[in-house]
Amino acid sequence: MSRTTTAVGTSLPDSWEELVTTALLGTDRRTPAGSVPGPDAPSALLDAAAVATVRRRAGLRPARAAERPRPAPDDPRPPLPSAAARRLAMLLADRPGVSGGGRRGTAPDLMELLPQWLAAANARGFAAPPAALPALLDAARGRTDLRPAALRFAGPRALWLARFNPDWRFALRSTPGDGTSTPRLHDTEGVRRLWEEGLFAERVALLAALRSRRPAAARELLAAGWATERAEDRLMFLDSLRTGLGPDDEPFLEQALADRSRNVRATAAELLSALPGSALAERMAVRAGACVAVDHTRDTPTLAVEAPHECDAGMERDGVVARAPAGRGERSWWLGQLVEAAPLGSWSRRLGGRTPREIVALPVADGWQGELHAAWCRAAVRQRDAVWSRALLGEPSAPEAGGPGAVSLAERAQLLGTLDAAERAEWVAGFIETHGLSEAFQLLGVCAVPWAAPVGRAVVDALNIARDAGSYPWSFSGVMGLAERCLDPSEAGHLDALLAVPDEPEDASPGAGGYWSEAFQRLVTTLRLRAAMLTELTPAAT
Amino acid sequence: MTQQGVRWTADQVLALAPDSASRTAGSELGTAGPWSGAGSSGEGTVWGLCADGGSAPYRTVVDVADAAGPACQCSCPSRGFPCEHALGLLLLWAGGDGAVPRGEAPEWAERWIAGRRTRAEREPAAGSSGSAGPEAARRRAARRAERVTAGAVELERRLADLLRGGLAAAEQPGYGLWEETAARMVDAQAPGLAARVRELGAFAGTGPGGPVRLLEECALLHLLGRGWLRRERLPEGLAATVRSRVGLPVSADGPAVRDHWLVLARYDTADSRLTTRRVWLYGTDSGRTALLLSYGAAGRAPELALPVGLALDAELSAYPGAGQPRMALGERFAPPAPTDARPPGTTTARAAARYGEALRDDPWLDAVPVTLDRVIPAPDGDGWQLADADEDAALPLTPAARSRPGLWRLVALSGGAPVKVFGECGHQGFTPLAAWPEGAGEVVPLC
Repeated sequence: MSRTTTAVGTSLPDSWEELVTTALLGTDRRTPAGSVPGPDAPSALLDAAAVATVRRRAGLRPARAAERPRPAPDDPRPPLPSAAARRLAMLLADRPGVSGGGRRGTAPDLMELLPQWLAAANARGFAAPPAALPALLDAARGRTDLRPAALRFAGPRALWLARFNPDWRFALRSTPGDGTSTPRLHDTEGVRRLWEEGLFAERVALLAALRSRRPAAARELLAAGWATERAEDRLMFLDSLRTGLGPDDEPFLEQALADRSRNVRATAAELLSALPGSALAERMAVRAGACVAVDHTRDTPTLAVEAPHECDAGMERDGVVARAPAGRGERSWWLGQLVEAAPLGSWSRRLGGRTPREIVALPVADGWQGELHAAWCRAAVRQRDAVWSRALLGEPSAPEAGGPGAVSLAERAQLLGTLDAAERAEWVAGFIETHGLSEAFQLLGVCAVPWAAPVGRAVVDALNIARDAGSYPWSFSGVMGLAERCLDPSEAGHLDALLAVPDEPEDASPGAGGYWSEAFQRLVTTLRLRAAMLTELTPAAT
Repeated sequence: MTQQGVRWTADQVLALAPDSASRTAGSELGTAGPWSGAGSSGEGTVWGLCADGGSAPYRTVVDVADAAGPACQCSCPSRGFPCEHALGLLLLWAGGDGAVPRGEAPEWAERWIAGRRTRAEREPAAGSSGSAGPEAARRRAARRAERVTAGAVELERRLADLLRGGLAAAEQPGYGLWEETAARMVDAQAPGLAARVRELGAFAGTGPGGPVRLLEECALLHLLGRGWLRRERLPEGLAATVRSRVGLPVSADGPAVRDHWLVLARYDTADSRLTTRRVWLYGTDSGRTALLLSYGAAGRAPELALPVGLALDAELSAYPGAGQPRMALGERFAPPAPTDARPPGTTTARAAARYGEALRDDPWLDAVPVTLDRVIPAPDGDGWQLADADEDAALPLTPAARSRPGLWRLVALSGGAPVKVFGECGHQGFTPLAAWPEGAGEVVPLC
């Protein structure tokens, strides 16, 4: 308050400070200026203080202006439609703890819809409403998984804002510079300067951005000062070459095979093996091919495996780790690495012109099947080979697909990732139809959102079956939650029949029917909400 | 009073309270906890058993359907009418969340209801004579004024004692004068004095600025006490301000002003007993700024729900007191509707001057409502200020406003560019309550 005062008190007969001192000490000890000691002294002091107080307040004047902040950079994106802006405010208001904990009942979990909303808004290129930026930054602060999408949507003004509040420092760390000092990628000089002088995080971000637009330029930037980088940094930088990996990268990666750091060497080898035409891939094909052959001496053709007897210097240079982890045989460890790094395309030639499906169907002698198939799985994922993935996945309805077979659920999920979305959906739907939901969570996670019709229908049918079987819905809460976020909103209409509380079968868990009805209610409400969300973000053509 | 079977709002219930003490006591009882066997009939009778400390629960029954105003009976010893149990029961009923279901009245309640009916039939015109007559009202008012006067004299004596010994004594921890004095002011039926005394306790011992604030507030309290004792000699406007500041019941008897009232801001403050809602309105035709107050029981939102940014076609009438903005909402002619209207703004210098001028009519005023045009929020040391875009002048934000999330919405909205800001401007600084971007755009609530 003193900031806004001008010198009013000084002109009073008894200055304000004098009054305060007297009041603190008491009129028994000090007589107020201009009055007589005695019973009326306190009253006289209060009279004077009242006049002074009102006078001081009435005389308040504005202070000098402090330095005004530099204006926030412009956000050229079009503003959010107002319905969508209101929706965003609602989603952001639904923080954990705000709406009371405990059972959700039929209310949708709004916070879980925020990632989807942000993705949709970013895809349409809308600017965030300025007043929503504090809540967006707070949400991103609490959930690291939200940060990239939230900060992208929040835009340059959020970074401008974050400079004023220490709680939002993370935004400045996760985004190089403060949104204004990042050079444009075609500004070669600016890029080089940031690369040479920037902080580690800034350099990683710069490299990633450059690599996604101009892969060769990123590699050249990296190659220029390669030898002087620290080992950990070299590893991170090398990793960024995964994006846009191509045959042009081979010479640089070959050179990195001779790196001082073993981790860098291993990463370089891994990247090279993902380039089926590379010299390393060719060397690996020869080594792996020497270990696997078709044995025609048996009744049915069988794969015979002869694991390598040693790990020579050449293998080590090509990224094979010589020392097996505890509990694993050295030879099978080496074999796994060779097969994983060998181009899958070389096997057909090596194994009598058979197709991948035929190769996978061949029996494997001496219990090598697990090791061999697992290595092929890793190879199929690394080389993004859909034909081999399909062969290794097999039929979704096959009995061994549901149990612990040669190929684990985690491996299947990864293999599915190499297929296109529609095929992935078909396979997962087929799997759920045969094996139910208990093993499906991981597989559903790799399906494209919103789920294609076959997946959605399979999940709803399976939930329906689970309900009829009389179990509680929270045994399926993981899948339910996924369904709320991933089911195509247009499916909501097909769910109406499930909303009623069913008659309880005799062997059902008590009350389960009501809880199921509640769970489906929430599912339908959430789907309707998501449909509304997307509509709001799609402005009507005017 | 109300149609049969229509539930009241918490506001309507609390308006029945004879004084603020019973209002707060009633609010505390307006939760399901102490009540059992509560129920209501379709004909506007509400009953329940309240376990409020005593050995046997009190039997409370209220009839709200009576045209002459609600009647109640309670087995508690309180002489207040209605007693806090009746208020609590009505609040519970007004809450409408199933705690007071429809049902058959128990025998003890039915007896009272039946007795009332027979009495009503015997003396059909009972409502207009006797206790409700204007003569009786004048006598009651005179009795209350005497008690307030006694309270003001006692307050003066206590303030004099305090100043004689020195404020430093009041800075000591455990100093009990404030709570005790506040209780005496409640007894004197001067809730306004009681509230100010209680606030004094908060200024004592609050660091370097504490003694200054304490002296300021003691002096203003003294000024108010003196104002009451000499109210006959004050101009009528100032006398009305003193009466309402002391806490005498006032009613909005100003002429009705019909306008399109733009809802500028709405915020709640709560203590352990009561939630107070403030709604600032701007009359787009009259250019007048008005404040509506609304109360709710603790933890429950007050009834008045006017959305910020909409305009309301309604009649408002002012409360007495010179220059004070409080008004009461009268008839509404249409539901609130969207509008592009914004209040006209001014500079920081004019805003500060406006506060100074308002002190002439009400020296106890903490802040006045002001709209600032073209100001830029700027960081200033630990705090923030609103700086004129075109002049070297700025108002600091109040310490309370600095720690509110609304500050960040304001800074984000501005982005370093000028904005229009509505808020309260006073001796503590400026409290922003709503803001508009310079170009097109909706109002952004900051509270």
